[in-house]
Amino acid sequence: MADIDTKIRTKTQGGVTDVLVLVSHPMETGQRPDPKDKDKKVPAHFIQKLNFSLNGKEIASTDLGPAVSKDPLIGIKLKGVKPGDKIKVTWSDNQGQSGSGEATAS
Amino acid sequence: MKKILLILATLGVAAGTMPAAVADPASDLKQFQAFFKKKFPTVPFDAYANGLYVLPGMDEYREQWDLINEFPPYELGLSLGQKMWEKPFKNGKTFASCFKNGGKNIAQGYPYWDEATQKVRTAEMDLNDCLKKNGEPEFTNLDKDQGARVRLAQLTAYFYSLSKGQRIKIDLSSPGAVKAYEEGKKFWWQRRGQLNFACSNCHMDLAGKNFGGNQPLSAALGHTTAWPAQRLEWGRLETIHQRYKTCNSQVRAKPFKHGDPIYNHLQLYETYMSSGLPLTAPAMRN
Repeated sequence: MADIDTKIRTKTQGGVTDVLVLVSHPMETGQRPDPKDKDKKVPAHFIQKLNFSLNGKEIASTDLGPAVSKDPLIGIKLKGVKPGDKIKVTWSDNQGQSGSGEATAS
Repeated sequence: MKKILLILATLGVAAGTMPAAVADPASDLKQFQAFFKKKFPTVPFDAYANGLYVLPGMDEYREQWDLINEFPPYELGLSLGQKMWEKPFKNGKTFASCFKNGGKNIAQGYPYWDEATQKVRTAEMDLNDCLKKNGEPEFTNLDKDQGARVRLAQLTAYFYSLSKGQRIKIDLSSPGAVKAYEEGKKFWWQRRGQLNFACSNCHMDLAGKNFGGNQPLSAALGHTTAWPAQRLEWGRLETIHQRYKTCNSQVRAKPFKHGDPIYNHLQLYETYMSSGLPLTAPAMRN
């Protein structure tokens, strides 16, 4: 979905590159009662897969679940990233939505 | 007997006129800022714009705050605010058309006294008025409707971010403005609630202390520079009036409504007291 924002940022320090991803996602567990109708539950809606790739090659893959907080911030550390390398993150959730973000290492 | 009455009367007159002689905003400001200079001699003036994190003894909070600022979560809300700001209305205009200089570098003068309506006006009010003028639905029911309030906060946050770094300069030249300022000042110093606290008790006398172990108290100087802010506890951008409301209920007083004139006046007083500090909104706060 286009209106879900995926922000990605990188920082290189001492040969190690920090990649941080912030996804604007509700991360509903499916256990929370609907504020309007107490008998119903808010349907589950959470990110299941979040993958990192470097220059098109997959380098890290994460399985997320309902235990992760709303608007999750996920980070990895990489070694040997050269300036100009493209780091891309893609995610998909249990309702079939997906998103991606891309950054260039500096 | 007559003599005593006469003495009492003269004393009364003298006592009655004394406070009037010292109560002018400029000297209040001097006293207010001198208070913090004396209380925290090591903190430079500009640092107060970053809230409680610059106060001595808050190193732990400062470390966390610095880490969060590497990728602050308010950016999500801020980019939603930016989208709202840039999206044209049905008549083709945008929010920028309602403000001087396209909304850039003007937030340092907010809230301001409006001679025409004889009221203090906040950025939130002006943004809502802009919607009304252009025939768009306003943000209403801000007390109950969290979604509308947060959207307004995101929009206001973007408006303030356009003036980031500008130094606060409030115009109190008209008598109406001074009157509103006096009301805000009264609110600031007045004790309220079951706990019987005035704003000044926590944010001046106890500033820099940790209340009950996990409630670090900020210094009043620089209070308004960061708002609309995102609190860790809330996880979303919120307006300053929402913060005032929660502050009031934290001392177990009945909060006023969002947008109540008394909060506008309080905001005017607080902002004036932070005159000269750079705007840092939006920011993270505890």
